[in-house]
Amino acid sequence: MSRPAAGRRGGDARLGVNPITCRAHGLCAELLPELIGLDEWGYPILAASPVPPQLLEMARDAVAACPTLALRLSGAR
Amino acid sequence: MVRVPRATPHQVMAAAGQARPADPDSPYRLLAGWVDTGRPADLAAHQRRHGPLPVPAYPGRAGPHRLIGVVDRSGLRGRGGAGFPTGRKLTAVAAGRRRPIVLANGCEGEPASRKDHVLLSVAPHLVLDGAILAAYAVGAEEAVVCLHAQDPLADTLRAAIAARSGDPVPLRVAEVPDRYVASEASALVNFLNTGDPRPTAKPPRPFERGVRGRPTLVDNVETLAHLAMVARYGPEWFRRLGGPDSPGTTLVTVTGAVRLPGVYEVPLGTSIGQVLELAGGAAEELQAVLVGGYGGSWLPLPSGGGIRLTHADLQAAGASLGVAALVVLPARGCGLAETARVLRYLAGESAAQCGPCMFGLPAIAADLTAVVEGAAGRRGGAVLDRLGGRLEVIRGRGACAHPDGAVRLASSALRVFGTDVRRHLSGRPCPWAAGGPRLPVPGDAAPGAR
Amino acid sequence: MSQQVLWYISRGTGMVSLLLLSTTMVLGALTGGRFAHASWPRFTVSGLHRSMSLVGLGFVGAHVATAVIDSYAGIGWLDVLVPFTSVYRPLWLGLGAIAFDLVVALVATSLMRPRIDPRGWRIVHWAAYACWPLAVAHGLGAGPADARLTWVLAVNAGCVLAVVVAVTWRATASHPDTVARGGGGW
Repeated sequence: MSRPAAGRRGGDARLGVNPITCRAHGLCAELLPELIGLDEWGYPILAASPVPPQLLEMARDAVAACPTLALRLSGAR
Repeated sequence: MVRVPRATPHQVMAAAGQARPADPDSPYRLLAGWVDTGRPADLAAHQRRHGPLPVPAYPGRAGPHRLIGVVDRSGLRGRGGAGFPTGRKLTAVAAGRRRPIVLANGCEGEPASRKDHVLLSVAPHLVLDGAILAAYAVGAEEAVVCLHAQDPLADTLRAAIAARSGDPVPLRVAEVPDRYVASEASALVNFLNTGDPRPTAKPPRPFERGVRGRPTLVDNVETLAHLAMVARYGPEWFRRLGGPDSPGTTLVTVTGAVRLPGVYEVPLGTSIGQVLELAGGAAEELQAVLVGGYGGSWLPLPSGGGIRLTHADLQAAGASLGVAALVVLPARGCGLAETARVLRYLAGESAAQCGPCMFGLPAIAADLTAVVEGAAGRRGGAVLDRLGGRLEVIRGRGACAHPDGAVRLASSALRVFGTDVRRHLSGRPCPWAAGGPRLPVPGDAAPGAR
Repeated sequence: MSQQVLWYISRGTGMVSLLLLSTTMVLGALTGGRFAHASWPRFTVSGLHRSMSLVGLGFVGAHVATAVIDSYAGIGWLDVLVPFTSVYRPLWLGLGAIAFDLVVALVATSLMRPRIDPRGWRIVHWAAYACWPLAVAHGLGAGPADARLTWVLAVNAGCVLAVVVAVTWRATASHPDTVARGGGGW
């Protein structure tokens, strides 16, 4: 899973959500409003762009905070 | 259901791997036997026409790899809706470390399509040959034909399997619940693994980890039938018909306001107008055609009649080939009302697993229904704006493509029936809105519903 | 003298542990029921849940350690891990030992959460509903002298009330997601 070089720069890191396990808790959008919005039903809408390096740490926090572990960060170390 | 002109019988010279079809330029490939005889092909008739299973034409350890190369060079693309290159899928499945499984998908969850049913009825052994050849190509230990539970075809196929002998891979039939999304690839895998017929999240995709954790090839039965032809007659023969990006022939289901609704085999690249002519032409004045099934797109008629059935041409026209189903809407019908009804059906078929689908689809169905009924009144513009926003937001956010199909259908309806939208909103709905349904959905009492 | 101090520390940290674990339970139930308020956003609730559980584990650790180091009751290191092996009040200490094991498992799986199977984490997390009543019972049974004090009883009653209210709210709170998932005849 890890692609160290690109991941460290954040150029390759992308957020993804498992739409089946996501239960609209909405923590991710509170923790990372820069990249995650909520639709009218409370489900996350993720930015299509890669996670910029300065937001990588916050993205990790958002992933860890998801009560159902539906949010994931791929391509980052 | 199948109405195709009779052609003269042909003799087939079939030596494994060197076979030549009776008439290399005939537009009838999968349906050639039916066109000639008017009877479903049993094993003997199938082998008289196409010769034995051509596994001996791909001998040795390199044989399977060579077969994948042949399929790859043929340019065959999946006939189940997504149009993915079959050779690439075979390669991906064969690359897995464990022995794969092959699923021949004959569920045909799409209400507007009948082509898989027709194909399995008239040429079951062509499909079974394809499943066996695909299994041989990827080194699979088993091939499973997936059909709807209670479908009489299950018995047909079990009998056909029992009649065969000497297949290098065991074949069996699995009966899958008759729900729209249950025939999606990951849903088939999930059903065979757990008994739950609902799609799963990706990754992992079935080709990575599918039935019993093995790489799983899920191909539509028509795709496999073409594969069985390609393995016999070669890629060059296959590409004699169709276009560069969409070679070969395809089975098209034509329903609605044509004189001879049915399943037809046409070369890809045939225009929509030509297909409608083949189906007996317009039964009355026409308004639009729904291309690709209930998760497909509306195109206006007659202007859309010139569009050719290829992946590239349809994409350029804002549509997609899907399962190559054409539903023809007459001028005396309301495209918006039809679309709203189909959307309500699609919303009801959500597996209720993904938020954007289980809430979004009922929401867009209700919005469009409000527009159709003029119930929105002076807030009509606001309802339309909300619908537009919702269509933007839902796409691509389900575990499977079900919500995307509903969004595609609704968006194309707003585009193609734009004049009707304004008329309905201004309180002057078209006179046909209250008429009987033209597009059957399962559960309807309407003729044509299953 | 120092013996006395250890014994008092053990009882005090036990009491604080009860408060922290109860708070953690309440916050966990609120998180599970998707509680949100303008001044209490969800990440505050879940963040506090997490912090309280970690501080709670610290106090439980201190409670256990002081109880063992203090030789008065003769509680051994094994007794706090393996239930019902203690000579001193085996039943009530046994309940405490089970609760302690569960707290450790709960915190450990939560810290490893991104790296383990979510279903495993979820199953272990349900054990909190077993852990907390055991801890309450242990507190009342292992220290009968303290348990006769009015203020101790009041604190216990307050904790029980808060947790029961929060868990009941969580169990009855209906979220559209939960309702919709039951639909469709699947």
